[in-house]
Amino acid sequence: MTTTSVDEIIPSKSSLTAGQLPRWTPLAVGGGALAVSALVMLLIGFNLPGWIVIAWLLFVPSMFVATRAVEGHQAGVDRLWTVLVYSAFALALLPLVSIVVEVLTQGLPGVVDPGFFTNTMQYATSLTDQQAVEAGTDIKGGILHAIVGSLLVTLAATVISVPVGLLTSIYLVEYGRDGWLSRAIVFFVDVMTGIPSIVAGLFGAALLLTLVGPQDNLMGFTAACALSVLMIPVVVRSTTEMLRVVPNELREASYALGVRKSLTILKVVIPTAISGIASGVTLAIARVIGETAPILVTAGVATRLNANLFSDWMMTLPVFIYRQLQNPTAPAAPGPSLERAWGAALVLIVIVMVLNLASRMIARAFAPKKTGR
Amino acid sequence: MSKSIEAIDLNVYYGDFLAVEGVNVKIEPRTVVAFIGPSGCGKTTFLRTMNRMHEVLPGATVKGQLLLDQENIYGSAVDPVRVRSKVGMVFQRPNPFPTMTIRDNVLAGFKLNGVRMGRKQADEIVERSLKGANLWNEVKDRLEKPGSGLSGGQQQRLCIARTIAVQPEVILMDEPCSALDPISTLAVEDLIGELKEHFTIVIVTHNMQQASRVSDKTAFFNIAGTGKPGKLIEFDYTDKIFSNPTEKATEDYITGRFG
Repeated sequence: MTTTSVDEIIPSKSSLTAGQLPRWTPLAVGGGALAVSALVMLLIGFNLPGWIVIAWLLFVPSMFVATRAVEGHQAGVDRLWTVLVYSAFALALLPLVSIVVEVLTQGLPGVVDPGFFTNTMQYATSLTDQQAVEAGTDIKGGILHAIVGSLLVTLAATVISVPVGLLTSIYLVEYGRDGWLSRAIVFFVDVMTGIPSIVAGLFGAALLLTLVGPQDNLMGFTAACALSVLMIPVVVRSTTEMLRVVPNELREASYALGVRKSLTILKVVIPTAISGIASGVTLAIARVIGETAPILVTAGVATRLNANLFSDWMMTLPVFIYRQLQNPTAPAAPGPSLERAWGAALVLIVIVMVLNLASRMIARAFAPKKTGR
Repeated sequence: MSKSIEAIDLNVYYGDFLAVEGVNVKIEPRTVVAFIGPSGCGKTTFLRTMNRMHEVLPGATVKGQLLLDQENIYGSAVDPVRVRSKVGMVFQRPNPFPTMTIRDNVLAGFKLNGVRMGRKQADEIVERSLKGANLWNEVKDRLEKPGSGLSGGQQQRLCIARTIAVQPEVILMDEPCSALDPISTLAVEDLIGELKEHFTIVIVTHNMQQASRVSDKTAFFNIAGTGKPGKLIEFDYTDKIFSNPTEKATEDYITGRFG
């Protein structure tokens, strides 16, 4: 399979590089494997996954055999594991890449519709959708109400969860000292991490039901309560880790200057850990902004803009996607609804990505200064 | 502003474990006292009881009296925070606050406690403290740079500047040179000689030459064996400890016959 020219095999002048395969060996073996696999495919009928799988099945043992023959047993085993690890990496990347490509190709047509970001679904009816399909007019309707709803509900959930989570982890790290209470908290936080999101939604709805009564309890704030049930354990876990890694020396340095414990925590421990805390919070936000089920049972669905968290139903992006797919605006012509759903999905992914990038930037901006020597 | 320290029958515990037993010692104002002894003999543990840092660790307690100018710092109504503002501490590893600039590190004792002060007053404290720590000339042009960007020796002197900025009565030093090179060690030792004029200084060191160079009096601690409490064996003028110690164990230790 490998075609190596004679002068490459002759050991080069350096004794250090003698007896090694040339650096382009993996490329050559890979190319050979693809070629052989293509021949096999010609015999049984071509398909892409089969081509790649057979080529990979050929590539792994031939790399091992070639390396073992030239460089010895240990180098061969090393090469085998290198190939396997890289393959696992590529396999893990496959779903991510395919999601991004799929959402981009399906979602872009929806995003570029006029008014997609500035309109709600208030004036988009089954009639306008049918017209868009039959007469080719512009697709009406947009996701403004869903974007506003998503941002408001998530913001409210963050405002509830971050203080609770941060204070909990301060108790766990600085005051709890592994007593029975802190062990109980850790246990229940772990349990909370595993709560199914629909249960959190039902909890939110039930909580507000006892407070404000039926029907009134279905509003954006209820959804925020439900989401904070999902968010608090994530915030507690990440901030606990971040507070734990703050060196004890800094706390002692502060105590030795005659600074109280509370002020030490506020002005030394938290600022030192703030970058990690900020990125942990951002990841928690990214985690809950895509929740559908708990919002469906708390904030319900809406077709028009509602910026008031404390009254009436509210739309969010995930619920919007779900509704557009399940109950198209025009059941006879679901095309425009599909287009809007994919567009909303793209917007949701972009928001999550922007949040992730923002968390990195926050982490960098707040990170303890290392330069200046 | 410098004060004497006197320990009377002081026992130090980690939980139920008696770590240091029956220490009786009197340290005069404006002197340098060195604690020497093998590892694990309780030098650092005893040092940390002198500004109530010991009890920061879970389960750590102290029995007995420790007088700071006749006032027992372990009295029932004494606030450890006030003790620590009178008895400063420099640690084994330099630990400047990584989030703060050099200037803010010096002012940390004030800023962390929320003390408000004018720009001019703050500048004066920064300059006086950094000059006091022999660091002013090296950092005066980069006071707004992060403190963690300094070299190890500079960081340790920054920590000393931070400690003297709050004008304590006593400065405790826990092996302040063990992470430093010989040049930085010399700078810190010179500094200890100067600080002695204003502060009572207690220094823990593993380096016996250092103890003989910087201290007026030396305390030798020893431990009978693993699991046994550490004890103060001998406390006397440094010259005497290093030339003609009373106790056999001290002589064995300083001549290198054990430890």
